[in-house]
Parts: sequence; C-alpha cells; structure tokens
Amino acid sequence: MSELRFTVEHEWLRQDADGLVTVGITAYAQEALGDVVFVQLPDLQNYAEGAEVAVLESVKAASNIAMPLDGEVLEINPELEASPELVNQDPLGQGWFFRFRPTNASAVADLLDQAAYERLLNANADA
Amino acid sequence: MTTETLAKTPLHALHLELGARMVPFAGYDMPVQYPLGVMKEHLHTREAAGLFDVSHMGQIILRGPQAAAALERLVPVDIVDLPVGMQRYAMFTDDQGGILDDLMVANLGDDTLFLVVNAACKHQDLMHLQLQIASQCQIEPCFDRALLALQGPQAVDVLARLAPEVAKMTFMQFAPVRLLGVDCFVSRSGYTGEDGYEISVPAAHAEALARSLLAEPEVAAIGLGARDSLRLEAGLCLYGHDMSSSTTPIEASLLWAISKARRADGARAGGFPGAERIFAQQQQGVASKRVGLLPQERVPVREGAEIVDADGNVIGSVCSGGFGPTLGAPVAMGYLQSSHTALDTPVWAMVRGKRVAMKVAKTPFVPQRYYRG
Repeated sequence: MSELRFTVEHEWLRQDADGLVTVGITAYAQEALGDVVFVQLPDLQNYAEGAEVAVLESVKAASNIAMPLDGEVLEINPELEASPELVNQDPLGQGWFFRFRPTNASAVADLLDQAAYERLLNANADA
Repeated sequence: MTTETLAKTPLHALHLELGARMVPFAGYDMPVQYPLGVMKEHLHTREAAGLFDVSHMGQIILRGPQAAAALERLVPVDIVDLPVGMQRYAMFTDDQGGILDDLMVANLGDDTLFLVVNAACKHQDLMHLQLQIASQCQIEPCFDRALLALQGPQAVDVLARLAPEVAKMTFMQFAPVRLLGVDCFVSRSGYTGEDGYEISVPAAHAEALARSLLAEPEVAAIGLGARDSLRLEAGLCLYGHDMSSSTTPIEASLLWAISKARRADGARAGGFPGAERIFAQQQQGVASKRVGLLPQERVPVREGAEIVDADGNVIGSVCSGGFGPTLGAPVAMGYLQSSHTALDTPVWAMVRGKRVAMKVAKTPFVPQRYYRG
C-alpha cells in the first residue's frame, strides 16, 4: 500500500498499483461528522476537481464530499449502501468511497502528505 | 456568534468535563453530543436512562387567585380545571390563531401555576404574559433555575433511589420533591416518547444533582442531537420547525391539545386569541396540515425538502426530518395539501434533485411508553 495523501477537506487518497486512486475520509473527519447513516455515492463518470461527488448523512446533518482532483470515477464501494457505519468503524479501510482515474496522474503526489495533514489538524486544534 | 456571547447553563462546566461537543442553540452554548455519539445516546435513552440538560428552557411562575383564568385568555386549554399536581400541554396563540409558542403548564396548588416554555421564545413569552395578564396575576420568571430531564425505561428506578415517592407518579403528574436535600419540582413527562421525569432544580444545586444521577449505572449524558431524533421518532413537534406563528393548532394537527371545555361547543368556548379562525378551520378543514412521513429509501429527508405528487406538482414540504436510530430508518414530518394527507398516500420528496418516495404515516413512529399507572 502506498503512502496516503490528504486534502484540506479531510479526504484521504491512495494511489493503487492499477493506476486508480482510492478515496475516503479521515478518522478525524468521521469523528467530527458523527454516526453516518447514509452515503450517496457518485455516478461512474468524469468529475472536475471540487465537484460534489458524494453526500454523507449523519443522524443530524448532511455533508458534501468534493472530488479531490479532476478524473473519472470507475468504481464505488458497494458495501456502504447497506453498511454506512463502515465509514465510522474503518474510515481508512472498508469505509472507502470510490476509486477514480485522475486526469493528471502526478497530481496526487502534490496533495498533502501525512506530516502536512497532521500539521493541519494541529493548527485546527489550536485555532 | 462567538461562544463569548453565548449564555451558559449551570451544567456548562460539567458538559465540558464530560467531553461534550458544544454548539450554539437558542443563545446558549449547549451540548449537541457527548463522546458516546448521537446514535448510541439515542438508543441508550430508549433502553436505559438518559440525562438531558434543558436548563435553557424558560421556567415561569404565575401566582394569584385569577392566574388560571388569566392564562386561559392566552391558550386554548383548560387551565381553570387543571387539578393540583397535574401538568398539561398548551400553546400561546395569536389573533390569527397562529402558534406563538408551545408550553407545559402545571398546577402547584395555592393559586400557583408553573410554566415551561421554549428557550428561543422565553423572553417574548414573558413579555406576552406581562402585556396581557400582568394586572390579573403575579408573573415571576425563574430563568436562573436549571431543568434536567431524566428519560427512559429505567429513569423511574434511578430517581426512586433519591425519592421513592416518584415511582408512584403517573404521566403528566407534577409534585414538589426533595432531592439530595433540595426542594425541586418533578413532573413525570418529557420529550422523548419514553417514561421519565423533568426536574426543576435551583441553579446552585443542579450540578450536584446531575453528577449524582450520572453516577447511577443506568444513566448516560445525552445531548441535543439525540434529543431531536428521540422526539422526532415520538412524533413530537419542535417549535419553529413543525409549528410557528404561521400555523394554527389545526394545521399543526394539534387539535387533541385544544381542551374540550375551550372548543366551540365547550363549557368555556373560545376566549383565547384566534379562536374564531381556529373553530372555522376545525369545521371547514384546512388547506394544508402536518403529517408523519416515512421515506421508502434509506436516505434521510431533511427540513425544507419540497414534496411533490406523482405528477411532480409541489404539494408541501418537510418540516422535520432525519434518521430514526430506533426505527433504523429515516423519519420525517411535513406539511401537505390536505388532499394528500390520507394514511399511506404515496408522495415524493426532492432530495438533491432526485425524487425519494415517501408514504404518509401515523405518528408516533415508535410507540410512546408513558407510565399511566
């Protein structure tokens, strides 16, 4: 498994061996959202960076998930329909959302690395 | 609004100590959830007992031989014949029959009434009382008292350890009770659909009482998030969402709360603001009214979602909606054109541009379990 990358919106991305990128939300994000009761996943199509691709519904509120980079969604996590709680229980594993092929493969490496993401979390905690 | 400008309840420090996530609510810094999380807090309340801080709500005492008659001029509810030691649900109406707030009224005896009103409305309610009935009774706001709710099937076991007499109280009974040596007011009621109590306690003693209740093995601290999902499953209205000054009790499907004595054919018919319009609506029907709605998919349908009929015509909107942890499915309430309010009528909510099938459904969505003796 390659090193994870992160966005400022608390998504994680993992570059897989087949050239696709897997996306989910971080442990911090699932903790902040609370109990996830429904996940609306993207259609299998091209999305621009920043486009709303998924919606997470907790007991109390809905939150949008943005496309982290330009690319084509090729696969969604079929388990989340029946078991949305996987997002809380295993956010970095079974709680993944979708896999996509980035338009620009090297763009993934330009996102935050683990150390930069942790600095972001610490800065948020201090704010 | 920054947290510095928010008011704090007497339990504020305890919430922080318990690790609550705090949010602004009705001008107060309130716990929306504790580390347990909304889902488990909700389920715990239905299975054992939950302790809620609802000290942000307004407590008001009315005193005087004319207090009950005076209050009857503002609510479509029988207060004059409310027995000592009983509490009743009521609402302030305006001249158009709109609902200014909903409240609980208890008769303490000795010409004394005890009111609990919504946090966001309490200053306006107090002014309303002062403008309308100050010449007929004494009005004493007790906004510094704390209010705790202990809710759930094991609430009775917990509170009876401190005061055995509370076990004999039945739903909507109200009594002065000494808890840990402090004079409190206890009602057997709540906002979850479960058996339980609401406890009015002087601010200085609130934290000791809360700590003592939380030390009991059945009790967990429960935040506003679960309070909302619990009341929604129980089909209970939230002021400002499921009713407001632009809806009458008839439109809000709260006819049951209008006492027989105050109805058009009652012993003390009318005599409250908006009576004529409310009676006319009762007789002739209303254009739209509040109903329960069950989404037929797993997606929660939130407040504000438009509701359409099979042809796509807009026929109403959702006033409260979310996920019901006990039901394990989304639940909602909404206002619909009366022609579409029969049970099981199929309707559709628009959620992010997509149609979600729903059915008009009975409330409560989960059975109420009040203790009626």
